[in-house]
Amino acid sequence: MPLFREPEGGAGVAIRATLKRDLVLMMRRRSEVLNPLVFFALVITLFPIGISPDPELLATIAPGLLWVAALLAALLSLDSLFRSDYDDGSLEQLLLSPQPLPALALAKVAVHWLLTGLPLALMAPLLGILLSLPAGSYAVLALSLALGSASLSLIGAIGAALTVGLSRGGVLLSLLVLPLYIPVLIFGAGAVQAAILGDGVSAHLAILGALLAVALSLAPWAIAASLRISING
Amino acid sequence: MSLRLQARKLACERDDRWLFRDLDLDIHAGEIVRVEGPNGSGKTTLLKILSGQLADFQGELYWNDHPMRRTRQDFLANLLYLGHAPGVKAALTPLENLAWYQALAGEPDDEAARFSALSAVGLAGFEDLPAGQLSAGQQRRVALARLELIPRPLWVLDEPFTAIDRDGVAALEGRLAAHARRGGCVLVTTHHELADSPALRRIRLGQGGDDATL
Repeated sequence: MPLFREPEGGAGVAIRATLKRDLVLMMRRRSEVLNPLVFFALVITLFPIGISPDPELLATIAPGLLWVAALLAALLSLDSLFRSDYDDGSLEQLLLSPQPLPALALAKVAVHWLLTGLPLALMAPLLGILLSLPAGSYAVLALSLALGSASLSLIGAIGAALTVGLSRGGVLLSLLVLPLYIPVLIFGAGAVQAAILGDGVSAHLAILGALLAVALSLAPWAIAASLRISING
Repeated sequence: MSLRLQARKLACERDDRWLFRDLDLDIHAGEIVRVEGPNGSGKTTLLKILSGQLADFQGELYWNDHPMRRTRQDFLANLLYLGHAPGVKAALTPLENLAWYQALAGEPDDEAARFSALSAVGLAGFEDLPAGQLSAGQQRRVALARLELIPRPLWVLDEPFTAIDRDGVAALEGRLAAHARRGGCVLVTTHHELADSPALRRIRLGQGGDDATL
């Protein structure tokens, strides 16, 4: 074996391997994947029981309810994003790899969205039926959640990276991240509301897309910097 | 290939206590440098500083005569760091663990190399078991398999002998000596007594840090 070999595989190889590793890990810990989905379903099922089964009332509050519940479900799953890597030492290895850290962090966030945000978005229309959400707004609901939850994962990962060194960072994470979630919530729920009223939804979805574009271009660097700070401590 | 890690006037303070002060180091190819000291004397901290993980220190680091700040990428491409935590995922098999490290290091995907690395550390037959089912010593061996798998000249090892049995310790010690003979460089903390050899140097960290000597 040679003493040294110039690294041949570029960042692409490392990113693909990180994606694959995290997907395999999550598939072996199904309960962690299912937790946010079960939480989402439970919250939404309880509302008609707790408030009133009146379809008109439920339809009015459904967009906001679905969005708030999905947002909290996503928030619930964030704490574990870097936690196990931090505990078993893989995180310091990730930071010491000669690959660009923002790209590797983005791969981890992508897995989080694929297994949390996307399933939440696909599940939301089903739960919409429970809240007698008017037909015709289901597609917008799923689309707005898919777009919005990607931003939520990216923004939340910054908070998760900042609090990973703290043993009980869960509450702090929520406090840090929630204010940044508000714009996404407003335009996400607004899109569904507009779809119900028959207004154009493209403006809302465009803003959600713009938020995602901003998050995509800035968050990976912020996550990388936050991870460095956390490891330093 | 040249290999030189230098530290000048290194000082680190933790909780109003100097771990070490005015520490000058010059580490060359072909050397095994053992960092010694009682618990809490800052061995791990020194290793983390020297591997570029901590920024909270005074002094300057040089890699191949250039300031570390400017050569960090080159330094990382030459470094293999094994921390206190083995960095082994319990839910993944040893093979899967190594596959990720191989890709992370920019090595080509080579399953045969992973098998031979695992058998070199005595884990033949355990390749496909989840690492969580292995013993602590075996998990440490999975981490040590990276030494076989990924060719890097500078090894920074924090307590690599932890939980390893007697035969494993002897094998690993031989591995370190072989690496130094071939022009590599090993920086290691351990409470295990390493066999004396011309390649071996010691850094002693004491309480208070003023007596840190080379």
